[in-house]
Amino acid sequence: MRDVVRHFGRFAALRGITADFAPGQLYVLLGENGAGKSTLLRVFAGLLAPSRGSVSVLGSENIRSVATRFGYMGHAPLLYDEMSAVENLEYFAALYDITDRQRCEEAIRTVGLDPALERRVGQYSQGMRQRISLARAIVHGPELLFLDEPFSNVDVRSAKQMTTLLAKMRDTGTTIFVVTHQAALMEPVADECIVLDAGRLVAREKGIPARMLTPYLAEESAALRRPAVTGNAVEGNALPALPGSFEAKS
Amino acid sequence: MTSAPGLWAITRRSLVKDLRLEWRSKDAINSMLFFALLVVVIFSFGFDPTAEESRKIAGGLLWVAILFATVVALNQTWTRELRNQVLDAYRLSPAPPQALFLAKTVGNFIFVSILEVLMVPLFVVFYNLRSVGPLWQLLVVALLATWALVVNGTFFAALSIRTRSREIMLPLILFPISIPALLAMVDATTSILTGDNSPYFWIRLLAVYDLVFTTVGLILFETVLNAE
Repeated sequence: MRDVVRHFGRFAALRGITADFAPGQLYVLLGENGAGKSTLLRVFAGLLAPSRGSVSVLGSENIRSVATRFGYMGHAPLLYDEMSAVENLEYFAALYDITDRQRCEEAIRTVGLDPALERRVGQYSQGMRQRISLARAIVHGPELLFLDEPFSNVDVRSAKQMTTLLAKMRDTGTTIFVVTHQAALMEPVADECIVLDAGRLVAREKGIPARMLTPYLAEESAALRRPAVTGNAVEGNALPALPGSFEAKS
Repeated sequence: MTSAPGLWAITRRSLVKDLRLEWRSKDAINSMLFFALLVVVIFSFGFDPTAEESRKIAGGLLWVAILFATVVALNQTWTRELRNQVLDAYRLSPAPPQALFLAKTVGNFIFVSILEVLMVPLFVVFYNLRSVGPLWQLLVVALLATWALVVNGTFFAALSIRTRSREIMLPLILFPISIPALLAMVDATTSILTGDNSPYFWIRLLAVYDLVFTTVGLILFETVLNAE
């Protein structure tokens, strides 16, 4: 991407991002809320056009022409609540000219769910919907994958399974971009992390540096830790009395 | 690697999906039916026409009731695509945008046709209607008029889908542009019911209207779908 700027009205969500990305790598996009991570992914996927600059995906500036070669998983699950997982996948696979039910069932198994489940997606837990959403994104065997917050509302065990799957896909040549706030989950498999701040790309580093894995510095953790109570005394930084509070006497 | 699918295959798939969703949720059909039923009953309280007068006003009443009910259904069919941002999944795929437009239009055509099948007997009973002209002509008018309503409605509902007050926006855009079609369907129906005039001019007008707006819809729908 070259000098990509994206405005929403007067607000600049992306401010002149220029970067190249090598194939077969797993990139993790980090940054605070509003840093522009999701916008960047939507620009990559062709869901948003840049206000300025150019984007080339899989060697083409016409992103629609390479639509069969990439998959996208968004914040929302992009699934119909009134249909089952298999019905959803059959429909979305058909949009990629795939009419093989077995392939849809295989994609559901790959994300750790049972394709025989008759329940409608609207009755699934949030975590299960996330996994079905991932199955939808990979059912056509993309060589490039954009994942926006894939682990939100997913339990740790399932998130680890998803991470293992992503690592396997990367090892077979798929290029993967993951936007997440749970950097620790991606740390073992990330090839590179990209840090955005206020719409600017501020850092690119190999793997995920340790300082990004913990949300607190040591002194911040100490300040937040609950003071130990011994007898009637409170050690450490006792909380100041609240206005209107009183001392209980027995 | 996969390839881009064909127009008709995706149209069929999307239509089956829409019919399945409607069968399970009954969002569009229920709201259309209740709305149309209310209109028919209220009109019947408002007027007490003779058989001759009924033949003159029934065309107008019927098509206005169907137009209003259609708007209710049109909003529902696109709202379902906004839930969970499912429309983005279609936009990301290589499937032709026109297939989605065609599937939605045919789906709405089926829903409105079901409504008409249920409404017409009620009209006959409430207004004591007997057609002087041949019934097959009424059938031709119904098919062309229904297509005219849904092809425009589907297109403009997609156009207003991302606006904040889309329930108000749709009638504001749709009604003025439907006036020629409404005029044609009302006059054609009245001509057949009364047997006074030939309905062929109005039927031809409806056919041309359908052709023009189907073509325009197919050409412009990609722009509407990808509008931000």
